[in-house]
Amino acid sequence: MAWQRKVLRVDLSAGTCKAEPLNMEWAMKYLGQRGLATKYLCEEIDPAVDALSPANKLIMATGPLTGTMASTGGRYSVITKSPLTGAIACSNSGGFIGAEIKQAGWDMIIFEGRAAEPVYLYLENDQAELCAAGDLWGKSVWATDELLHAKYQDPALRIACVGRSAEQGCLYAAVVNDLHRAAGRSGVGTVMASKHLKAVVVRGTRGVGNVRDPKAFLKATTLGKKTLADNAVTGQGLPAMGTQVLMNVINEVGAMPTRNMREVQFEGAHKISAEAMHEPRESDGKPNLVTNAACFGCTIACGRISTIDPQHYTIQNKPEFMGASGGLEYEAAWALGSDTGVDDLDALTYANFVCNEDGMDPISFGATVAAAMELFDIGAITTADTGGIEMRFGSAEALTKAVELVATGEGFGRDLALGSKRLCEKYGHPDLSMTVKGQEFPAYDPRAIQGMGLAYATSNRGACHLRGYTVSSEIMGVPVKTDPLSTEGKPDLVKAFQDATAAVDSSGLCVFTTFAWTLEDIAPQVDAACEGGWTAQTMLEAGERIWNLERKFNLDAGLTMADDTLPKRLLKDAAKTGPAKGMVNRLDEMLPQYYAARGWTADGVPTAETLSRLGV
Amino acid sequence: MLKALQLEPEKCTGCLQCEMACSYENEGLFNPSKSRIKVFTFHDEGRFAPYTCSQCAEAWCLHACPVEAIVVNPKTGSKDVIEAICVGCKVCTIACPFGTVNYNADTGKVIKCDLCGGEPACADACPTAAITYVDAGHTGLERMRAHAAQGLPKN
Repeated sequence: MAWQRKVLRVDLSAGTCKAEPLNMEWAMKYLGQRGLATKYLCEEIDPAVDALSPANKLIMATGPLTGTMASTGGRYSVITKSPLTGAIACSNSGGFIGAEIKQAGWDMIIFEGRAAEPVYLYLENDQAELCAAGDLWGKSVWATDELLHAKYQDPALRIACVGRSAEQGCLYAAVVNDLHRAAGRSGVGTVMASKHLKAVVVRGTRGVGNVRDPKAFLKATTLGKKTLADNAVTGQGLPAMGTQVLMNVINEVGAMPTRNMREVQFEGAHKISAEAMHEPRESDGKPNLVTNAACFGCTIACGRISTIDPQHYTIQNKPEFMGASGGLEYEAAWALGSDTGVDDLDALTYANFVCNEDGMDPISFGATVAAAMELFDIGAITTADTGGIEMRFGSAEALTKAVELVATGEGFGRDLALGSKRLCEKYGHPDLSMTVKGQEFPAYDPRAIQGMGLAYATSNRGACHLRGYTVSSEIMGVPVKTDPLSTEGKPDLVKAFQDATAAVDSSGLCVFTTFAWTLEDIAPQVDAACEGGWTAQTMLEAGERIWNLERKFNLDAGLTMADDTLPKRLLKDAAKTGPAKGMVNRLDEMLPQYYAARGWTADGVPTAETLSRLGV
Repeated sequence: MLKALQLEPEKCTGCLQCEMACSYENEGLFNPSKSRIKVFTFHDEGRFAPYTCSQCAEAWCLHACPVEAIVVNPKTGSKDVIEAICVGCKVCTIACPFGTVNYNADTGKVIKCDLCGGEPACADACPTAAITYVDAGHTGLERMRAHAAQGLPKN
């Protein structure tokens, strides 16, 4: 029973905080975090609701292993309806606040309604109160964090908050915790700000002690840690290079989306790669990378802590950017770099710092800048629209100016804050938006990794690599190697990855463990902690149940099979270079088989039989 | 052989496995707030540092205690708090120059590192060997070795 069995319900309209028991019947079917919070959301809101209205709810949810000694057991997710996609949003974050919520004695916090004036939640064990946040509204994430720590004179507080971009309505605003970890995607921060909730401040000293079988738990988690340490990716690659280890690899296989996905290889990749982050720079002889860093309980420690070149133009007279902070992960380096054609490592690091400072998803931000650059390139927008910025591919100045404008919601930043889809529609070229369900792509071109095309098209939160990372199999050979250029077997592969990932995301563990772990490694850890007789098989079933519940939410929200598609560019314009030269993504070969494998109709609707089999 | 905890901040990733191991060993809970070892993050410098009691030979806490609740463990050399005797006066927390003795409001007693009776759970849990349990008379050995390696003649 590693659940705390307790939910905090915060009614922002009424200004009340109430404890209620966790629904254990649902926990047995949906485990925790992503799955369980999705069940709560589906039961409590109409999926057709306006995402930014008070009728939407926002849930911060931990998993049963969050706050325990299981490696990576520090995760939490933010679940709500997305204003960017109109679909379900579920964004996962590490850092320390997830574990702190659990240590304070709670499994999840449900926020409902909208406060009349800005507030923040202060949560210290059983004590929960809403406090006026008028003095914090209009402040960045970093300033808010500093002010709250100073106010309470407590360095041990863990804080999650939204920045100015969210307050200004940027549709891809994140919830940032611990200064530079984020529930990043789908605009979950935008929803939080729409509720006038500025921050969640947590101090937990009760601990997590109710594991079902402590001896078995320590044994299973110790074994799990050894497996992670012995694996080349989780034991060596990720701690040394971070996720940036992928930059040169993905570029070589011709799957590096470049300049708004016009191309599939970036000539400047080596300048923004993990290797480049280790190179001493001329000005002070120090490399970009200071150290690697772990989230709560993580024995992998893939996090990057970086500094910007003190001589770089972006940070002159800006002392707040002189110190070390969260550096480039692969997705951010790609979106801010390759997708915009910018190869200036310090400019990317600066843009990443600003995304953390004011809470933007760097993937969606970078991809939206890329779309704006293409619009500028074809003359659909001009300097008259951009406030004088030359939005040229490859321009570091354009990128760093853009990030400042979106952070504060000024000038052309207001257009960029719409996201790629709405920006391209506004300027008359919807086909130039590289999105699925309105969410921007991550860093794998599906023309060169066929399975990822299907994974993107069918992802319940729009284009996303974390809903079914078949790159593992197609490129890295984990758990088995499949041909990235073939569609053969991909529908089943995508389904298997999607279901397993949904289970991992519901446990409190990090999906990066799955470079070394399968559900066979994870289930014994969950089972030792929790009642319910968890096995790899029952976890996979729970994952499939969660996937179908999310699908049902989306269909009830008005999405259809027409939304399970890719931009024309990826279906019609062949890759120009690399191993996939001449190829497009062959989604049409995979999608019908995928629906069949899922037990859905030819229109992508789960059949009554499927829903009944899964108990949805 | 008397052993001591050796802390090497440059190896620490800030994961807090040590804090969970410590609190679990001593309190039966995963609860960093009750850990006898603490990891500090120096954000702007990008540094992490674990810190705990170094088991002073002439321990301020032991000498300051008015009820003799802190005693030397003859097996490990650690300075242990006898809970049954401790009255929670906190004089030891003031006496300790390093801040490594702390008051636990839940029990009304003080808590400090006791080396887990000779098998420190923190060292066992640390994934990067930033915390090791080594010969107390040779805690500088690894650093000496590293410097000795620098002086090796080139092959």
